[in-house]
Order: sequence, then structure tokens, then C-alpha cells
Amino acid sequence: MSSTTGVQRETHADIAPGDEHGAGDIRKAIYGYLVGFALATLLSIVSFTLARSTMVWTPSIPIALSVLAIAQMGVHLVFFLHITSGPDNVNNLLALAFGLLIVMLLVFGSLWIVSNLNHNMMPMQDILQMQR
Amino acid sequence: MSALAMDAAGPAASGPRAVDEHEHGATKRIIVGYGFWIFLISDIIMFAAFFAAYAVLTDSTAAGPSRRDLFEIRTVAIETACLLTSSLFCGLAGIGATYRERRLFYAGMAITFVLGAAFLFLELREFAGLIARGAGPGRSAFLSAFFALIGCHGIHVTAGLMWLLTMVAQVFAKGFRDDVLRRMLCFGLFWHTLDIIWVALFSLVYLVGVSR
Repeated sequence: MSSTTGVQRETHADIAPGDEHGAGDIRKAIYGYLVGFALATLLSIVSFTLARSTMVWTPSIPIALSVLAIAQMGVHLVFFLHITSGPDNVNNLLALAFGLLIVMLLVFGSLWIVSNLNHNMMPMQDILQMQR
Repeated sequence: MSALAMDAAGPAASGPRAVDEHEHGATKRIIVGYGFWIFLISDIIMFAAFFAAYAVLTDSTAAGPSRRDLFEIRTVAIETACLLTSSLFCGLAGIGATYRERRLFYAGMAITFVLGAAFLFLELREFAGLIARGAGPGRSAFLSAFFALIGCHGIHVTAGLMWLLTMVAQVFAKGFRDDVLRRMLCFGLFWHTLDIIWVALFSLVYLVGVSR
């Protein structure tokens, strides 16, 4: 967001996660947080109203909530943690990308495997029948 | 960051964040922040494991109460508001530290603490209510996974509150020294990450839980 306000150089130094590139002005820094807060609040309110609403086709609600959650996490990352796609942020972003890969493998792998197991398991009544 | 430092009249007279900056190599602030960022990502992976356990066990209620019977969305909404606003004020406190604005720092930290404590109070009240209704962590696999997941986040918030008090004490005693500022950077990352995890929890545990 603010990388263009810094000095344009050929080589970009790295930046610590959480620091903002080219934020030389305290007002600009505060403004960034306020924008992020407004966006995050908006997304939260949409999520909460959506979960209770009866106006939407109900099977779509979990997917919509997931999309909103991912969007809000993105807002938090960019505006609060200052993890951006800028050239000074490559290391931070790569670490996050690797973490997300593991998270996805863990969550979707578990769901996939266990749903398969549930599918292949004998119905409960049959199990009870065999135990007699 | 270093580009900024070069731009000002030499590295010595640079902005508020110029620490022990060298021409080549990362500053200590970058190394500390990056190391802490790696820790936070491993923390997120740990939460993902708890979350996977919860996702797998949501319907294993052992004929007990299910998520549709238990979750109170009003409490969750207030908790979310508390944590989100505390994240904003934590960020403002971080700016206060970076720019050496004592008042902004102390005010931001105080509000962050109050909101974090309010969040924790609401969560404990919710837990106590569930246990009183016979829906404690021993009732079913679903409730075990639920208490483990949400409780783990609550423990993190508790640790964050203690860390917050430590940071205030350090700034009070030592001032905005470079090492204190590095710790403050890490604390800000920690608190914001807790908020990110809460976004996943309130959306995918509570809101998806009561929908349909």
C-alpha cells in the first residue's frame, strides 16, 4: 500500500514482520490501522447477519462464511501485521505460505480420511448385533 | 526500512525505527521479528490440528447436546467486538512505541488490556454456563474438542495479557530502548495473530455451528 511512498530503489532491503515499509508519518500509520479496523468490522458484521438470516439459500451459508473469514484474515494480515506482497516481504510471505500449506494438509486431510472411515464403517446397529 | 534510513540525512539521523542498521545483512529487529513470525506460524499449525480434531468430531455428540443447542451468538458477537477493537488499540500502542509517544502507548495498552480481559471473562462465563448445563468437556467427543480448541485460544489470550503487563512495566522502567521495542514488535504480532485465529473460530465454529 505504502511502498510507493518510500524511495524507489533497485534493491529492496527486507522488512521485519509487523513493520510497515515507508511509514514515516505517524498519521499515515494510524490511518492504516483505522482502515483495516473498518474493513474487518464490516466483514464481521456481514458474517454475523448472514449466519442468522433466513433470506439466503441456507446450504450456501457455510461456504459464504468461510469466504468471509478468509477475506477478514487477509485484511488482518495486510493492515495489522503488514504482511504484504511487496519485495521487502518475500521471506515473511514464504514462511506464511508454507504454514498455510501445512494447515490445509492437516485440516482437509483429516476431514477427508475420517469421512472415508465413517463411510466405510459398519452401521452402529450391525456392530451391536455382532456383539451379542 | 533501510531505504528510508538512507534517504534521511545519513543513517544516524534517520527515522524512529532505525536501530543498529548496517549496510548489508539484516538488522536485529528483522531477525527477531522473523524468528517470532516463524514461531507464530507454528502456533497457527497447532491450532489447525485442534481445529481438524473439532471438525472431525462435530457430530459425535454421543446423544448429548449438539452445537445448535449450545452456542449463544450474542456472546460471541460481543467477544468478537472486544477482540477486534483490542487489536486496533494494540496496533495504536505499537505505533506509540515506534514513534516514542508515551501517552499513545500507555492508553493503547490500557484499552487493549481491558478489552482482552473482557473477552476472557465472557469466554469463562460461557464455559461455566456450559458446564453447569451438563455440557462440560467430558460429555461427548464433540464437547471435548470444542473445549480444547476454544480453551487453547483462551489460554493464549491469558498469556498475551500477562505479556502486555510485562511490556508496560518494561517501558515504564527502561523507556523505549531498542530491545524493549523489539519485544513490543513481537507482542503486537502475537496479539494480532490471536485475533486472526479468533476470526477462524467465530466464523467456522460458532456461526457455521448455528446456521442451517
